[in-house]
Amino acid sequence: MRHTISLLVENKFGVLSRISGLFSGRGYNIESLSVGETIDPQISVMTIVTSGDEQIIEQILKQLNKLIDIIKVVDMIDLDHVEREMVLIKIAPRQEDKAEVLRLTDIFRGRVVDSGPKTYTIEVTGDEKKIAALIELLKPMGIKEFIRTGKIAIARERIKKPSV
Amino acid sequence: MKMNGAEIFIESLKREGVKHMFGYPGGVVLGIFDLLYENKDIELILTRHEQGAVHAADGYARSTGKAGVVLVTSGPGATNTVTGIATASMDSIPLVVFTGQVPTMLIGNDAFQEADIVGISRPCTKYNFLVKDVNDLARIVREAFYIATSGRPGPVLIDLPKDVTAVKAEFVWPQDVKIRSYNPTLEGNKWMITQAAHLIAKSKRPVIVAGGGVILSNASKELKELAEITDIPVVMTLMGLGGFPGTHPLALGMPGMHGSYYANRSIQESDLLIAVGMRFDDRVTGKIDAFAPHAKIVHIDIDPTSIRKNVRVDTPIVGDAKRILAVLNKVLKEELKEQWGEVRNAWLKQIQAWKKERPLTYTYSEEVIKPQFVVEKIYELTKGDAIISTEVGQNQMWSAQFYKFDKPRMWLTSGGLGTMGYGFPAAIGAQLAHPNKLVIDIAGDGSIQMNIQELATAVINKLPVKVAILNNRYLGMVRQWQELFFSERYSHTKLDETVPDFVKIAEAYGAVGLRATKPSEVEPVLREAFKIKRTVFMDFVVDWKEKVFPMVPAGAAIDQMMFEEKKETTEKKLKAVK
Ligand SMILES: Cc1ncc(C[n+]2csc(CCOP(=O)(O)OP(=O)(O)O)c2C)c(N)n1
Ligand SMILES: [Mg+2]
Repeated sequence: MRHTISLLVENKFGVLSRISGLFSGRGYNIESLSVGETIDPQISVMTIVTSGDEQIIEQILKQLNKLIDIIKVVDMIDLDHVEREMVLIKIAPRQEDKAEVLRLTDIFRGRVVDSGPKTYTIEVTGDEKKIAALIELLKPMGIKEFIRTGKIAIARERIKKPSV
Repeated sequence: MKMNGAEIFIESLKREGVKHMFGYPGGVVLGIFDLLYENKDIELILTRHEQGAVHAADGYARSTGKAGVVLVTSGPGATNTVTGIATASMDSIPLVVFTGQVPTMLIGNDAFQEADIVGISRPCTKYNFLVKDVNDLARIVREAFYIATSGRPGPVLIDLPKDVTAVKAEFVWPQDVKIRSYNPTLEGNKWMITQAAHLIAKSKRPVIVAGGGVILSNASKELKELAEITDIPVVMTLMGLGGFPGTHPLALGMPGMHGSYYANRSIQESDLLIAVGMRFDDRVTGKIDAFAPHAKIVHIDIDPTSIRKNVRVDTPIVGDAKRILAVLNKVLKEELKEQWGEVRNAWLKQIQAWKKERPLTYTYSEEVIKPQFVVEKIYELTKGDAIISTEVGQNQMWSAQFYKFDKPRMWLTSGGLGTMGYGFPAAIGAQLAHPNKLVIDIAGDGSIQMNIQELATAVINKLPVKVAILNNRYLGMVRQWQELFFSERYSHTKLDETVPDFVKIAEAYGAVGLRATKPSEVEPVLREAFKIKRTVFMDFVVDWKEKVFPMVPAGAAIDQMMFEEKKETTEKKLKAVK
């Protein structure tokens, strides 16, 4: 099962290496990882996508909690949340496919951020499914390369249920 | 007051109450060593190898409960500490290791004697620091001691660049330590504890499995009370020996690969395991799917990652063993006033029968010294009141089996990492902390050679450590496996002609060397050694063929034990297990 884990960590050197060392040293897999600052510049937020059975995920969460530089660990599976990832796709379509590429970009609310004599570079954000779907559709039209930011995730505001 | 980094370092150690540290000098730490030249408050013990320094600090820590402190130079000095740090890390021993580092501006330049020790030691420390600014030094030292000794203890490393020890800053000693991302849970969840009490009340065949955590949290008293009020027998892992009195009628000895028959049978037949401060190491559980098949498991541990790491747990209780056991005992006494004696009768009788059926034994010989006999004699003569360290191998297992520990912090052995060369320097550290105690390293002829240079440290510091070498002229434990599982092909385990004359080695270093080659000489040699107030090596020339039994072959369930038997039967058993 795939899990998106959000970490609040001290913004110090060596923290990333402690985290990646934890995963590699114990044979856990990192599917994607993204890091950025938070409002408080001393704290960074990391989003890690990993997978494993229930027991492995439990160990990963506990091991992360145990790392001294990690302030908070949240498994997004437990929360209602929004996930996004951005992808840049460089595509070299044949003349006859160009219109279709632009149409698809539009449908997926992407934009062309660079265009050259042979290629377009398309920027799209969305959740996992949306990005996978777009890549699937564009593949036959000549994707040269693409690059993904890795997922980021944020919990939705909790809305109190009205008491009955 | 303004001080330079080296002075801040010394002042910070003083504030932490450090009296002794172990170390080895070198270029980048000369400034600090210069201050130690005349310092009256802190004594540095010069070992003869940095690995020895770390093991000595580790023995100091295990025998006192205080953090052991080490100071070495950069590069090779730092890398030489790694085995010692990993040893402490695996057994959750508090250490603070200071390594010199090249000046900050040279870090990353492959400078002379530069090693990325922060990177190298990351996976085997609880935490580590590189001090980049002298203004952080006092705070970092304070945090390091706090992290090393709190929660699940462990080694912490501080890398000190040379320039940081030279520049000046105001000395500010932080009153408190507060690390927002580090808050170990100490109090156990009351509801879970009550659950555990109810499981205990319902159970017919319970067993307590006590690990090193009992010793680390000073929970022996509470553990004894738990066992006694509920009449539950206690199994102690290798790390837990001494956490519960080994001579107590409820003590079942060690479980696992070389555990007693009755400890393993009790676990396998039990309907409730109360695991306290132990982590279900594979040497304890054997084949994990076949471990304690009928038991519900209550797991008390300060480290949440230890819980459900390798066995299923019915009632997890995270927190400090001492506090949790105190609450558990209270609940048991106040809320559940069972007549435990009645309830346990059948179970304790059964265990008694197992004890009779297969006690821990060996075959005594008049001709050749049996290694177990030496350990037994050491126990007899010291009346269990010595601090015992061991090396690794058969010597370690026989010590665990045949020496009975009634008190905690008397047993120093490398459990998790199994580090040959640990015992002698650890004994030196313990002797320094306990000048009036008898400290004995029960060693193997292979292992002792891994840190034999520490003879110099023991002699020059007048530390009357005794080393009892069970000299079988083999890397005995490995040889045992070769005999049992590799058709007696003794590939590179025979030391024979190359085993040095340990008596002469001892004498060459200015220590005393004694030798026993016949069973009748064992007791006189021990008596003499214990009388001499100097470092003594005792060379016991023992039967090389002796093996450690019982033995659970790797991968088998812990009740599939092999015993000392005629060879054919052993082989048959082995086949059955495979
Ligand atoms: C540093 C290190 N290297 C290798 C081993 C593997 N090993 C475990 S026991 C053993 C043999 C130890 O021989 P000795 O010290 O003579 O003890 P004995 O088993 O003969 O009592 C070896 C090589 C180890 N535990 N530690
Ligand atoms: Mg040997």
